[in-house]
Amino acid sequence: MSSIPQELSYTKEHEWVAGLDDGLTVTVGITAYAAESLGDVVFVQLPEVGATIEAGDAIGEVESTKSVSDIYAPVTGEVVETNDTVVDDPSLINSDPYGEGWLFRVRMEGDPEDLLTADEYTTVTTVES
Amino acid sequence: MSRSTPLREVHESLGATLTDFAGWLMPLRYGSESAEHNAVRTAAGLFDLSHMGEIFVTGPQAGEALDYALVGHLSALETGRARYTMICAADGGVLDDLIVYRQGDDRFLVVANASNYARVADELAERAEGFDAEVDDQSDAYALVAVQGPRALEILSTLTDADLPALKYYAGVPGTVAGAEAFIARTGYTGEDGFELFVAAADAVPLWQELAKAGDAFGLRPAGLSARDTLRLEAGMPLYGNELNAGLTPFDAGLGRVVKFGKPGDFVGRAALAPLKDVPPRRRLIGLVARGRRVPRHGYPVVLGDGAVVGEVTSGAPSQSVGKPIAMAYVDTDVSDGLAVDIRGSHEPVDVVDLPFYRRSM
Repeated sequence: MSSIPQELSYTKEHEWVAGLDDGLTVTVGITAYAAESLGDVVFVQLPEVGATIEAGDAIGEVESTKSVSDIYAPVTGEVVETNDTVVDDPSLINSDPYGEGWLFRVRMEGDPEDLLTADEYTTVTTVES
Repeated sequence: MSRSTPLREVHESLGATLTDFAGWLMPLRYGSESAEHNAVRTAAGLFDLSHMGEIFVTGPQAGEALDYALVGHLSALETGRARYTMICAADGGVLDDLIVYRQGDDRFLVVANASNYARVADELAERAEGFDAEVDDQSDAYALVAVQGPRALEILSTLTDADLPALKYYAGVPGTVAGAEAFIARTGYTGEDGFELFVAAADAVPLWQELAKAGDAFGLRPAGLSARDTLRLEAGMPLYGNELNAGLTPFDAGLGRVVKFGKPGDFVGRAALAPLKDVPPRRRLIGLVARGRRVPRHGYPVVLGDGAVVGEVTSGAPSQSVGKPIAMAYVDTDVSDGLAVDIRGSHEPVDVVDLPFYRRSM
């Protein structure tokens, strides 16, 4: 069973969102469940800093040995920072998906919608597997 | 509902990610597929290939029946040796690629791909009519376990009295491995030295466990289909369904050398294939290395600078050995440079290289 930290929020597309309680800027990554499903991640393409993204849009890609998946924007807002370290070493998504493997930070516009709690996301992963 | 090999519970206990492959539930990877790939290149990997088909052709005219049924000259094969060959339709299209082992004067083992072996067994039975030969599909009775990698010889030597150093590449010998009756073949699909062990289904689990135990000190690790695919791609080996299919002839695939027109008698596909022998095919199979980090994958178009489509990727993956994504592709014979692959709408430049991408140091 993959780790699903209680303090994070989630999407059904397997992104996590951290920092919702701290202000307007949140951190986004992909979940341990998603990383395990993908296998060894070899390439990640992130949105540009300054890009405006809308919740639900495909805004990047994560590619593994066997597959390629879109990264979806979990919230609407402006990308204010991307993780260059994970671009150089995508294996961080496998080794530390909730830490060093974070992907980008977004300054939100408006309240996020349709995010899942850890328990709700656990149900999503249980149904899929 | 996918079928399971005798080793399914072993894979599950090892934490494998299982996937459906050609109707079989097979281990895709046990942990990191890159680590599994590297283990095969530097030490050894242990593979469950029990989804492959084992079809025996026996009888006084078994060799002649295979000469008629396949494109190769199997009656000329020495006992104990193996050949890579193909079974073609009457129109010359490849129905499957095969390895045939001659186990005796009157006995051949035909190993077919999981996706095709039922069809291959049917075709062989039909084509053997009129010959004094029997075709017996024993796929369900057999398990196939492979040990591949530079340490494979040392590992297997601890479990058998068979004279492994004397066993040549593409040869096979009956023997006992960890107490189980086995047909020991020095063949594989990884570009490394290694062995394939055909055993009774009931012997698969103890054999696997003994191999895993014996291999531990040598760095052996179980390896799944994901590593198997990147290993064979680096070695430039075709995969049926990717580089080979019924719409392509052996000549289209650059493998015309397996068609033996000099053998006695007719064979299925001869009339269609004979005129193709000296005709340059419209497309050829080439190796590509991506300049960037995005991976060209099966089905992606190969394009020129002006966007004209000149081919299609058949297999692609990130390559540990090359350090960049690699691919095989069919392209028009008159193009060789200035190529790109259309990766989901973005034209990513690629360089054409000779196959294979990887060749082991002897």
